[in-house]
Amino acid sequence: MEPLEIVDRLKERFSEELVDVKQFRDQVFATVKREKILDICRYLHDAPDIQMNYLADLCGVDYPGRRLRFEVVYNLYSIKFKHRLMIKVQLPESDPSVDSVVSVWKGANWHEREACDMYGIVFNGHPDLRRILMPEDWEGYPLRKDYPLKGPEGWEYKGFEELRDLHSHDKEWNIQS
Amino acid sequence: MENISSKEVDARDSDARLSEKELTLNMGPQHPATHGVLRLVLDLSGETIVKCTPYVGYLHRGVEKLAENRNYMQIIPLTDRLDYIASMANNIGYCVAVEKLFGIKVPERTEYIRTIVGEMARITNHLLWLATHALDIGAMTVFLYCFREREKILDFFERLCGARLTVSYPRIGGLKNDVDDQWLEDLYKFTDEFPGRVEQYETLIDKNRIWLRRTKGVGVISAEDAINWGLSGPALRGSGVSYDIRKFSSYGVYDKVKWQVCIGKNGDIYDRYRVRMEEFRESNSIIRQCIEQIPKGPIMADAPKFTLPAKDRVLADMEHLIHHFVLITKGPQTAPEGELYVATEVPKGELGFFFVSDGTGRPYRMRIRSPSFVHVSALPAICEGELVADVIANIGSIDIVLGECDR
Repeated sequence: MEPLEIVDRLKERFSEELVDVKQFRDQVFATVKREKILDICRYLHDAPDIQMNYLADLCGVDYPGRRLRFEVVYNLYSIKFKHRLMIKVQLPESDPSVDSVVSVWKGANWHEREACDMYGIVFNGHPDLRRILMPEDWEGYPLRKDYPLKGPEGWEYKGFEELRDLHSHDKEWNIQS
Repeated sequence: MENISSKEVDARDSDARLSEKELTLNMGPQHPATHGVLRLVLDLSGETIVKCTPYVGYLHRGVEKLAENRNYMQIIPLTDRLDYIASMANNIGYCVAVEKLFGIKVPERTEYIRTIVGEMARITNHLLWLATHALDIGAMTVFLYCFREREKILDFFERLCGARLTVSYPRIGGLKNDVDDQWLEDLYKFTDEFPGRVEQYETLIDKNRIWLRRTKGVGVISAEDAINWGLSGPALRGSGVSYDIRKFSSYGVYDKVKWQVCIGKNGDIYDRYRVRMEEFRESNSIIRQCIEQIPKGPIMADAPKFTLPAKDRVLADMEHLIHHFVLITKGPQTAPEGELYVATEVPKGELGFFFVSDGTGRPYRMRIRSPSFVHVSALPAICEGELVADVIANIGSIDIVLGECDR
């Protein structure tokens, strides 16, 4: 099925939810409201002639200055029919949360954790929403556009010093930083 | 009343307590068999794994964040450091994605050369995979045999572009330099002897009872689960799903050569191993056919806004020197506005690049969909309920590299 046909099917079924449809090269991006994202995903996964059974990717994007600052992009693919559709939801900065789709694709688990880690997007109903790539006690969300490339202001890496202070016998070994 | 001594009662009690108590075992991040810096926390009941929790991020270098602050040219060396075992495949994947974003069509000769080096990267990757995987399970000899051939291919890379591991050979719209006929001839000779080498590896392990006991029926994942978890590459094909991006995507010259997608049946470690062994032969045959068919012609696309001028022209006249200088120092100044996801089949699976371009010379967002990240996330599903000794075999069989997982 052509991606635009799938969008038409979405229009029929979720006419209220569909916000915007864009096309670039051969790929179609359909922006939907966040409230029913789980229903939409389940429909796309289960409908016999769509069968988006493969969640190729899920990621966040940050657009500071927009009214709805964050975007989550669901990259859906059907291994049987070989068609692809990108679904997007936009989230406000004050409440960046959206329903988790782990119940539809188990593979969404870590992608959602990463989006949470990098952008601070909360996925409601996620079984295990912890930081994944950054250390557990990290503050801030590194991939946000207002996060400086060099890290937070005045921050420097102290891991080695902490480790050295922890082990008093280092003095016997005469280790210098 | 039973007549038992207090000693026996103690022993019985402690037995009961032992069987009830779960043991938490930390594995990694410096464990030699975790193929890098993967850390697993295993909850064990006896020798059976009740829960497996992977911890990743020890090799996180923020490639995605870095990429937002680099121009499109400067990102090529960053992609080398994702899957450093098969960096050529990453470079090609990145360049193909950027070319599709820019709307550049690369010349036919370039497509052929990219296919050749891409398949060489697949062979080096699978050789290293087989070597370390067999070593983990206890077959030491295979390791030495595999590295013999891997060394030869790395020598070919060195002759081609000067680097062995982090090659940075492809460029946006083309390649760094052309290949010469002697190189192709020597590579052709190598492809003559390589299938015999693959047979050697197979005689070493394929009828080995220990190997079969350790791999057959272990680490099973069904086709449905594998798709649901988002596995790709040999890990998915081992479960019998015929999903190979090379077959239906428009990059390389995979539509002009004869080859088939190798698939397994049972989805266990053995089938994933078989898939990769068959891919050795297919890759070898693709390289041979490409060398036979390769046409003469230019290697850089004709898109002066994005691609570098030919080196001999740069050394001959001023305009091309300026053009070269500007592109190298500042990179392409514009890009079409839009969003695009392009996936390629790297040795480990589906490597996808998702670009959000705002029209400037730098990507607004570059998302890397790395196969290893997804494969590690599915590790608990494969490991749980199995024996602790098989964790090593499972990690090996899904073929991960942590540089790509953590990015």
